[in-house]
Amino acid sequence: MKEITAIIRPDKLEVVKNALQEIKCNGVTVTEVKGRGRQLGVTESYRGRDYKVDLLPKTRLEIIVNDKDADDVIDTILKTAQTGDIGDGKIFISPVEDVVRIRTGERGEKAV
Amino acid sequence: MDPTALNSGDTAWMLTSTALVMLMTVPGVALYYGGLVKKENVLNTLFMSLIAFSITSVIWVIYAYQLAFGTDVGGLIGNGANLFFSGISSTTLAPLAPTIPITIYAAFELVFAAITVALISGAVVGRMKFKAWLAFVPLWITIVYVPISHWVWGGGWLAKLGALDFAGGTVVHLDCGIAALVLCIYLGSRKDIRLLPHNLGYSVIGAALLWFGWFGFNAGSALAAGGLASSAFLATNTATAAGMISWMIIDIIKTGKPTVLGAITGAVCGLVAITPACGYVTVTGALIIGFATSFFSYYAMTWLKPRFGYDDSLDVFAVHGISGLWGALATGLFAAPFINSLGVGLFYGNPMQMVWQLIDIGTVVVWSGGWTLVLAYVLDKTIGLRVEQEEENEGLDITLHEESGYRI
Ligand SMILES: Nc1ncnc2c1ncn2[C@@H]1O[C@H](COP(=O)(O)OP(=O)(O)OP(=O)(O)O)[C@@H](O)[C@H]1O
Ligand SMILES: [Mg+2]
Repeated sequence: MKEITAIIRPDKLEVVKNALQEIKCNGVTVTEVKGRGRQLGVTESYRGRDYKVDLLPKTRLEIIVNDKDADDVIDTILKTAQTGDIGDGKIFISPVEDVVRIRTGERGEKAV
Repeated sequence: MDPTALNSGDTAWMLTSTALVMLMTVPGVALYYGGLVKKENVLNTLFMSLIAFSITSVIWVIYAYQLAFGTDVGGLIGNGANLFFSGISSTTLAPLAPTIPITIYAAFELVFAAITVALISGAVVGRMKFKAWLAFVPLWITIVYVPISHWVWGGGWLAKLGALDFAGGTVVHLDCGIAALVLCIYLGSRKDIRLLPHNLGYSVIGAALLWFGWFGFNAGSALAAGGLASSAFLATNTATAAGMISWMIIDIIKTGKPTVLGAITGAVCGLVAITPACGYVTVTGALIIGFATSFFSYYAMTWLKPRFGYDDSLDVFAVHGISGLWGALATGLFAAPFINSLGVGLFYGNPMQMVWQLIDIGTVVVWSGGWTLVLAYVLDKTIGLRVEQEEENEGLDITLHEESGYRI
């Protein structure tokens, strides 16, 4: 199993969610986060003074999937969240040791 | 028309004006300031204006009006008769505006007092103890505002001298700007002095309400519904618009981009600067006053403030102190006798007017600055002026009020 963590633009959440549902990837955890990438945010100017705002609002999706579905999910996120402009975000993929479904006590792939 | 009989047109306009000016504080100033602070301080900031209005309202009817606008005693203070408005009937006319009832005259003067003290809060938001503010408001109104408003508007010595201040360039704006400067220097800087508005939309609504209410403030200061009020109305709008445009031009020159905060700041500077002049100057005068004022306030904000390092959180001194100062001087320059026979400025052949204006300005600076310092000292030694560092970091909404502005 894999954990797919995607940091995306907040306004892309709806389309990404809907596209994931279409490929039958339902389980997801969403958090509002703040972060910075290479450009270190943006500059804002108030009353003649400039302020570096280096943490921008982003949305983080955490999705655990079976190994065979991982590429599909990654592709879907990539296609729907991409605008081609800076700040589109990142996808991090890591292995998951085990999963437990609390209601039934199932473990592993069945529990995902 | 009998100039000493009740005039229903005048009375209707003064009732309207008073309600308009009320709107400037609650919620005008409250929203204008509230949007500019960090979100953890939004309620505290709104509350400072709200409570300033209520405290002033109560002390005003009990004794403050009677001292500010009662029969003059030696040019210094009102006689304080009719405490609690006892002995005043609904048909008693205002001695200083004999076509309207004294009750609406008093209410009109009240909303001026309230906004003056509420404006000071912008300099100290984010770090002043709310309890200290509750004590500061009535003390400052009594010791600073009441005498100054008497001297300029209540028939006191500055009025007799000939100083011109139609709607409060010195009484309201220079007065609160100086007090704000002294209080914020006494309090010291916040740890985080960045001006990062948490909701600039609030500030736009607040500034728009200020602009709207200011028609009552300035045109209402004619104390009658007629040509002078109309002239002041047009001058007010003209200077405000000019102030917004000139600030935007400065923004474009300095940073390449026009900003919304700059635009509303320029508009407020225009409103402040035209306040003392609106009932004396021509439309051309208003254009010049409004256009120039943004330059002075911008300079105070971006050069003076960093240079001297005081933490005037929301630039009350730069906006109200400096534009108020410019407006008071400009009144002495541009007052045109064919607009208002009471005012003849330097450009119309009366250089002495500048002397009266300078005396007015100097008096307000010394009186407001001196007494605000004394008040700050006394409150600091008794209640304490400043919140704990922890409270400042966490934000005052939670730590002082156990509330938060947003649950999203
Ligand atoms: N190396 C990283 N580690 C953790 N989080 C990161 C990393 N890089 C980016 N992020 C997260 O992704 C968000 C968006 O990053 P962003 O897309 O700006 O990355 P970038 O490397 O600057 O790429 P681009 O040049 O396309 O902007 C950041 O705000 C941050 O939350
Ligand atoms: Mg980036």
